[in-house]
Amino acid sequence: MADQSKLSLPVVTPETMHFWEGTLEGELRLQKCLDCDEIYFPPRPFCPACSSRSIDVFPASGRATLYSYVINHRPHPAFDGPYSIAVVELEEGPRMMTNIVNTIQKPENLLLDMAVQVVFEKVSEVIALPYFQPAGDCQ
Amino acid sequence: MKRASIAVVGAAETTELGKIPGLSQLQLHADAALNCMQDAGISIADIDGVASAGESPTSVAHYLGIQPNWVDGTSVGGCSFMLHLRHAASAINDGLCKTVLITHGESGRSNIGRSAFRGGGAATLPGQFEAPYGGMGPTTSFTVPFLRYMKETGTTLEQLAMVAVSQRRWAGLNPRATLQDPITVDEVMNDRMIAYPFTKPECCLVTDGGGALIVVAASRVADFPQKPVYLLGTGESVEAPMISQMSDFTSSRAFRVASANAFAESGVQHSEVDHVMIYDAFAHLPFYGLEDMGFCKKGEAGAYIADGNTSPGGELPVNTNGGGLSYMHSGMYGMYALQESVRQMRGCAAAQIDGANISVCHGVGGMFAASGTIIMGSPETL
Repeated sequence: MADQSKLSLPVVTPETMHFWEGTLEGELRLQKCLDCDEIYFPPRPFCPACSSRSIDVFPASGRATLYSYVINHRPHPAFDGPYSIAVVELEEGPRMMTNIVNTIQKPENLLLDMAVQVVFEKVSEVIALPYFQPAGDCQ
Repeated sequence: MKRASIAVVGAAETTELGKIPGLSQLQLHADAALNCMQDAGISIADIDGVASAGESPTSVAHYLGIQPNWVDGTSVGGCSFMLHLRHAASAINDGLCKTVLITHGESGRSNIGRSAFRGGGAATLPGQFEAPYGGMGPTTSFTVPFLRYMKETGTTLEQLAMVAVSQRRWAGLNPRATLQDPITVDEVMNDRMIAYPFTKPECCLVTDGGGALIVVAASRVADFPQKPVYLLGTGESVEAPMISQMSDFTSSRAFRVASANAFAESGVQHSEVDHVMIYDAFAHLPFYGLEDMGFCKKGEAGAYIADGNTSPGGELPVNTNGGGLSYMHSGMYGMYALQESVRQMRGCAAAQIDGANISVCHGVGGMFAASGTIIMGSPETL
């Protein structure tokens, strides 16, 4: 990545604070409904499946699979050359957008359903972004 | 809405399409509205309902000098005008207003007097959980589901390229289309990569333009000079404001809900449909549209299009103006899809389908975030 100061960084809201505090501490925090067991993302203080306000926050495993992606070829000031914009499916079920990092940004290196693992990168004083990298490379 | 209770009696685009640096976005709305009023043979005092997206109905009504009894500012992206039609039908049938003007105008290319782009704040959920990953707008979000679709269905990149080829064939028949020269699959696949696997001809144009519609109760059509086009069925829905949270990357829930309601309301069978418009911001959208609306089984749309079934001379003409890929795309393209459906039902399209009496016009808003479907019929369908 060329210049992280050129990224559009999150502004944290009360409902998402636990998630961004978690990434700073090296945890990918999800939420789970205590009434219907639904595990969900993005954050909200109630269950999107049954509307219960009885929910818990817990750290996810960080294990995921590559669900789909594009490789952006238009220039972006924060990136050196083409880069992947991906959606991963977490082991716990929810999907999230990310970049696949620490691998060559070509289709032959980015195979759908391959195992990926979360890595956190502090990009400002208050934000660490969750990225994902091929699982084999981080052992 | 009761089938055929509402009719389109005015329809027009801006005088020019493409690069229009001499008109602001609001004036594009007005240019289309004035052309549409002329088409319908009415004056501004006859209009008592206004719906608009991109610009607020307040701005449009004040600029044109309308004192409305009913307004609709539904703004869910490029299919907003399909929703406006559906809402206007309900309002007219409920007696809230009589003559509704729906306008679109967008200085998508020249960026003259364009309203601030909304919805991208860094504290929104998309701002927190998608924007940090370097998205470049629709080219890197709308396209994200497609590799998953390919893997699940066996659809190929050649078949994706054939969407652009097929629609260019239609555009070649349309003097108002921005791009009219024929292209081949090889040319599409070897063009500049925008966001793998999408090359430039598989991404929509960026142009200026506008369009407007006037709708009234079907009982009034004799008061207007144009051949009336009837609303047979309507549908709308929304799904997720973030592409990463679309529930199924191979099928749009909003497409399925909107189109199923439109077909149910109309009583139309798929085999009766003569003409289809599917909002094509990117080349994969006709796959989702044909499958989610029930024209093709899951995973069969790629071969169906590649075999020429939707091209000129095919059994199901799709995107006969050339579509967002070749005709024009100002940003909220749904209005132009509706205009082409009206022209086909009036019998005056540049690439007119002989004997076409039923048209399905299907729009998308945001990145698979919203949808609206309008089924139109000529007087022969009454």
